[in-house]
Amino acid sequence: MAQGLGKIIKSENNIFQLAVITICTFALMCWLLPGTFLTMRNFRSMSFQFPELGILSLAMMLAMLTGGIDLSLVGIANLASILGAFVFVKLMPANSSHEVVVAYIVGVVALALFVGMSCGLLNGFLISKLNVPPILATLGTMQFYTGIAIVLTKGAAVIGLPTQYSVIGNGSLGVFSIPLIIFIVLLIFFAILLRKTNFGINLYLIGSNAKAAIFSGIKVNKNLMISYMIGGCLAGLAGLIMSSRTNAAKADYGTSYILQSILVAVLGGVKPTGGSGKAIGILIAVLALQFLSSGFSMLRFSNFAKEFVWGVFLLAIMIVNYFTNERNKT
Amino acid sequence: MNKIFKRNELWLFCILALLAFLVGGSNSSFWSRTNLFSLFKSSVVMGVFALGVLLVIVSGGIDISFPAVAVFSFYITVKYLLYIKFTGSIVMPFVMSMTIGIILGLLNAFLISTFKLIPLIVTLGTGSAVTGFLRAFVGTTTLSNLPQPLIDFSRWNIYTETLADGSVIGFSGSFLIFVALALLVAFILRVTTMGRGVYALGGDQIAAVRAGFPVRKIYYFTYGMAGALAGIAGIIHCSLIRLANPRDLEGIELEVIAAVVLGGASLTGGKGTVLGTILGVFLIVLIKGSLILVGIPTDWQKVTIGVVLITATALTAYRSATHGGR
Repeated sequence: MAQGLGKIIKSENNIFQLAVITICTFALMCWLLPGTFLTMRNFRSMSFQFPELGILSLAMMLAMLTGGIDLSLVGIANLASILGAFVFVKLMPANSSHEVVVAYIVGVVALALFVGMSCGLLNGFLISKLNVPPILATLGTMQFYTGIAIVLTKGAAVIGLPTQYSVIGNGSLGVFSIPLIIFIVLLIFFAILLRKTNFGINLYLIGSNAKAAIFSGIKVNKNLMISYMIGGCLAGLAGLIMSSRTNAAKADYGTSYILQSILVAVLGGVKPTGGSGKAIGILIAVLALQFLSSGFSMLRFSNFAKEFVWGVFLLAIMIVNYFTNERNKT
Repeated sequence: MNKIFKRNELWLFCILALLAFLVGGSNSSFWSRTNLFSLFKSSVVMGVFALGVLLVIVSGGIDISFPAVAVFSFYITVKYLLYIKFTGSIVMPFVMSMTIGIILGLLNAFLISTFKLIPLIVTLGTGSAVTGFLRAFVGTTTLSNLPQPLIDFSRWNIYTETLADGSVIGFSGSFLIFVALALLVAFILRVTTMGRGVYALGGDQIAAVRAGFPVRKIYYFTYGMAGALAGIAGIIHCSLIRLANPRDLEGIELEVIAAVVLGGASLTGGKGTVLGTILGVFLIVLIKGSLILVGIPTDWQKVTIGVVLITATALTAYRSATHGGR
């Protein structure tokens, strides 16, 4: 038993290490902020904050697994949330009955998923069929999607969303917030998708050796396309949560999420060169970041100091990983 | 090999010319000297950045920390010069900003070469750390009362002309600095052993080690140079707009990388030229600067840049795929 645990720890070394660091961060914050950090209120507010970043990070992980990157995720999220908000503001008759509003909400969710999928399709097409490097393709589409969002809204926020809609971002079931539940469901779904299905295994293969993947008969282009489409859907969903939580949709909302989602993915043990990464890593990494972020806010650190610490944190984790991996080799 | 490079640049040049004629055709004020001079002027900062990014990309790496490095360098330089009430030669601000840039560049190189980390992630981390450090601990206010030498530099023209309406236009002297730096980088890449090493490292790292290239030294050189060029570009930028704004230059990294890749450099390393890079920079500057001239409303600018970027990168990728190898 002890040996088995040791083996698991060794094979999941970086994730295990991150978990230790996360727990240390948590303990540190509890110690520094007695009475404010370790409270139900703080946990509830955190459980509303991190799921949107978590979902975007899952999408980022999906792109990174195949050795790619998706810079357009936040652009997709905002475009989807704006189009959804337009449906409420422009199409839905005012004073609709409760049932009608719920029907519209279902329609908006479907629309956001469709928008996300279409945007992902364009990304996947550029990357797989036209061989554009992912960083450039999604850089271009990021401008393009954000651009459309600006054209549609003239840069202003779309407001006046129905109150029922805000349940997605602000509601809760028992002690769990709805965004958290959505995130956990997605996390479990992706853990299974990546480990148990052919599609998931193909993605790892493509990421670790694209040429070998081609020669072993994997349809690389098709798989890439699907992975970017799923990433787009996730972004669309994250967009819905963002607009529902803030009760507004805006073209430039959450631009810092791009960097943060890369940070979360890398912290969570996803290799940017492709071929390795696990959904559970994303969960631990996003928690670590949220503990740091909430703790710093309570300690009255400025946002800039947070940015500084995140950068240092990212570098420090990578260096620690390097040393443990070196030690394991010998 | 050489032929492909030449053809790529010729092809770029044709697109550039075509675009210029299209824009000039729809609005003749494109060809006015006021507009052309201002286009050249706005290509300086982006061009100097692009030279540094070119070196890094050819060596098989990537640097997205350079805007942060540039802002860090010029802001601290200006703040210090104001503090000592500096009035001396323009050389001093340049040297100081460049030195700060070099130090940060060497830090990137240290992290990448010592711990064998991935350049994209390292520079993401240093970029975030440097920006955060600057705004949290140095200052967030925009300095608009630059030291006199920097103001004089922004007024430096190598050619001036008084228009019929009495306004004076000039061809900014900063363009000379860009040209000089471009020649320097071209010389390093084409003639020196270090330049060969940069191409070798980007082409195949293991082969470069076996062939006896000092790989570690090459890392320090490329990222150090990128830092130096970022420092120089930063101080030029701050002088030209006569503001030291710690929130400046956000998002320019993506445009610069796009310009370098449009110029024929391969993100997988080992390929790229200075001439191609300059043409790539001109292309991006031309597109950005001409949107208003062609009558595209400001709301549509991002969409247009996005579409052009997607088309151009797709065409470049398609071309290099059909010409064998990427």
